[in-house]
Amino acid sequence: MLFQPAIIALLLAAGLAVVMLAGVAPFAIQVIRHWDINSGSERQLALERRTYLFSTLLTFVLVAQLAALLLFVFNADRLSVMFVGAMCAVGTLNVNGWGFPSLITQMAVFFLAAMWLAINHVDTLARDYPLVRIKYALLLLLLPVLASSFWLELQYFLGLKANVITSCCGSMFSEEAKTIAAEASGLEPEPALWLFYAGMVAAIATPLWHWRLGSRISGFLTALTSGAGFVAAITGVLSFISLYIYEHPHHHCPFCILKPEYDYQGYWLYIPLFIATAAGLGAGAMQPFARSPSLASIVPRVSSRLAGLAVGGYILFTALATWFVLSSNLILIEH
Amino acid sequence: MNPWLEKQRHLIDFTLASLGRRKTKNIGLLLAYTLLVFVLASLTLFTHALRSEASFVLAGSPEVILQRMVAGRHDLIPPNYIEKIGRIRGVQKKEGRLWGYYYDTVLNANYTFMARSADEVADGYIMVGNALARERGLAAHNTISFRSYSGKLFTFEVSAVLSPDSELLSADLVLLSENDFRRFFEYPAGHFTDIALSVANPQEVRNIAAKLSSALPDSRPILREEVLRTYQSVFDWREGIVLTVLAGAILAFAILAWEKASGLSAEEKREIGILKAIGWETGDVIRMKTWEGLLISLSAFLLGFIAAYVHVFHFDAAVFEPVLKGWSVLYPRFTLVPTVDGLQIATLFFFTVFPYTAAVLVPIWRAAITDPDAVMRA
Amino acid sequence: MIELSNIKKAFNQGQPNEYWALHGIDLALEAGKVTAFRGPSGSGKTTLLTIVGCLSRPTSGRVRFKGEDISGLPERFLTDIRRQSFGFVFQQFNLIKGLSALENVILPAFPTGRPRHELVTAAEGIFDQLKLGHRSTAKVEWLSGGEQQRVAIARALINDPEVIIADEPTANLDTALSKEFMSILEGFTATGKTVLLTSHDPLVVDSTAVHRVVGMRDGRLTED
Repeated sequence: MLFQPAIIALLLAAGLAVVMLAGVAPFAIQVIRHWDINSGSERQLALERRTYLFSTLLTFVLVAQLAALLLFVFNADRLSVMFVGAMCAVGTLNVNGWGFPSLITQMAVFFLAAMWLAINHVDTLARDYPLVRIKYALLLLLLPVLASSFWLELQYFLGLKANVITSCCGSMFSEEAKTIAAEASGLEPEPALWLFYAGMVAAIATPLWHWRLGSRISGFLTALTSGAGFVAAITGVLSFISLYIYEHPHHHCPFCILKPEYDYQGYWLYIPLFIATAAGLGAGAMQPFARSPSLASIVPRVSSRLAGLAVGGYILFTALATWFVLSSNLILIEH
Repeated sequence: MNPWLEKQRHLIDFTLASLGRRKTKNIGLLLAYTLLVFVLASLTLFTHALRSEASFVLAGSPEVILQRMVAGRHDLIPPNYIEKIGRIRGVQKKEGRLWGYYYDTVLNANYTFMARSADEVADGYIMVGNALARERGLAAHNTISFRSYSGKLFTFEVSAVLSPDSELLSADLVLLSENDFRRFFEYPAGHFTDIALSVANPQEVRNIAAKLSSALPDSRPILREEVLRTYQSVFDWREGIVLTVLAGAILAFAILAWEKASGLSAEEKREIGILKAIGWETGDVIRMKTWEGLLISLSAFLLGFIAAYVHVFHFDAAVFEPVLKGWSVLYPRFTLVPTVDGLQIATLFFFTVFPYTAAVLVPIWRAAITDPDAVMRA
Repeated sequence: MIELSNIKKAFNQGQPNEYWALHGIDLALEAGKVTAFRGPSGSGKTTLLTIVGCLSRPTSGRVRFKGEDISGLPERFLTDIRRQSFGFVFQQFNLIKGLSALENVILPAFPTGRPRHELVTAAEGIFDQLKLGHRSTAKVEWLSGGEQQRVAIARALINDPEVIIADEPTANLDTALSKEFMSILEGFTATGKTVLLTSHDPLVVDSTAVHRVVGMRDGRLTED
């Protein structure tokens, strides 16, 4: 393992999140077993108060996860100098097989936590807390995801070994430089362009529809198109948006756009994208409960507000991406 | 304005007033917090500055250095060795270099002597590094004598003192002409210390190094990128070690924060009880307390970071210098170029604000669930 | 306006020191009237007020407020109702030390997110009614007992509640101040507010300002 501050910080954060969530898991089980909203007993009161702890904790995990995700990528980019053949974060993440799985799990934790918080939010607006049991069962399901995210991250960092000069022998040329496997997405720019804009139109139109209507089907579709929109957006970044930002026809990296050399343009793209996707997924996550009598009026109201957020985020993302493409000096598609 | 924002403003107002009312309690915590940030920030700022100093210096050095090995030890480059390399595609320039160490009994320090071409340094003249000039009280046109390893005394005139820009590497440097170098060290004619190769395309470096090792099996090519990598990991490693040593301090601080947050005074408990009775919700109290934590964290972070910045860049990191700099006796007294880096700040945040927040989370919740009817029962 | 049926309240349930403060209370309280609960200490009158005022939930039984059953509501919603509909004047006043009178008065409105200038205007209006205008910036610990109580009353009024609940309001006041308090009470009924108070002070219970007296003993209502 590399003994490096950012790595220690990331492991500390992930480990602490797991420990905290695992620490409160027994209480979640108590809530599931003994919850009785109609009881005036002191135990019920204590359980109710415990729910505040869970939502505070999950909010904390969500915020920490977002920060950790940024730090993870940021640090991977910085570490690339340590590995033969690695030019940026992609290379570092490819040093061993755990890098990308770890990154993807961390994103999953972020989106799952956002969905849980969305469900939690509608539940606390209903006077009878109809989703308490479901919510805490979901929370218990989130725990293994969080734990595996930590485990993957640990495996990844444990497997990192820098190619440094040792005192006996300076040459390591017997070892071939690793290929950067994710010099990603050999997609041609033109079909990629179509795919990207089709994805974005869907990801904007569906939540817009849901925002106006608030119906259940449109809510489910919002989650679906948000998920698909996220994939389309990342594919778009990989296949052509990054090329335009770098003004280089073969540089496909989704991480270098976060660097100061490119004016941090990546943050402008990713932050609206992540927020929009989290909002869209959250809007969908609450739809299965829209028929519950006390939530009937709450779910459409909250989910259409989230859909509005998703629309805004995707519009911002698409507009910025388009602007970066148009203002670039690179020409990929001849007219 | 949006009621949500307005509400947060009210909560911040209340928090500020309540922090003001409990100055002594909060100042202790703030001091400990600031001290922790200060120590950690000094550490990261300093190592980062050293790291960028090193890469700045290395930027000007050749891409590949070729050393000859005899019995696993670094040996002189014999005559005609350079010719044996022959032409390798991609190599722009190759030249033999002459350098060595000289132990000065006056300062009990090692100097690096390096030969330069005659048009840079004329025979009888030397250029010296800044630290050396300072310690020996040298300025341009002064003369200085060194007793060579063979016992003979050589006198040189200082033609210039090297610029202090990158003092970390040039501090102990003495530049002299090739003739003077060979005479001073009685260096065998035609021999060199090592060979420097310039390579234009960075992608080619590894191929060229591979060709060199196969053409000259008794040689060892050292790549600039590898040196850089080694520097990086050495600095990272040292920073990591110090951080681990400081982990105890972080833990102690987290315990202090936990203790402060859970050991509410009777007065504070009463206040929270009153707030809940008059219509504050548990969530409102949690939010208010979160603002309190954020305000404390941000002020401690800002104060500690600024103090660390001043400490590192204006007082040359007086506290950490011995731990983190090299082993050389002749410490370069260089002014570090102030560099602040996002990754460092983010990491620092994780080491300070994250443990703090984690430590106070449960105590905050515990305080917030006070019975609303407690004030009526008392 | 408020209907209680078979309200029971236990403390330390399931433990050896279990204690039932209320043994099945049935009561209806009218809007716009002043009702006083009278009884010795430990009779359960304060506990009953906390249940009526949404500060706590009954262990069993039903509470209906304006026709809605609120007995099973989680704390979060009880707090909403309490903030909107009930104002409290506590026996010990329970003001927050170190804050000015004005700051204390606007505290209950913080969670509503009303803009500050609006709150300050409202608070100043109430201060003028209670003849406290000149003391609004003074810290509460510098105020006299009577002034402190008027600040506490002002705080109870800031969210314009329909019901004012006062627990032993005259316990810490001399006769003159107690009479002044009763006249303030009459002002409330004039504006249509409902007042609920506990007291064993004859000056309060026998006052003409009180429309109805409910006697309590050992967690049960007594005939009056």
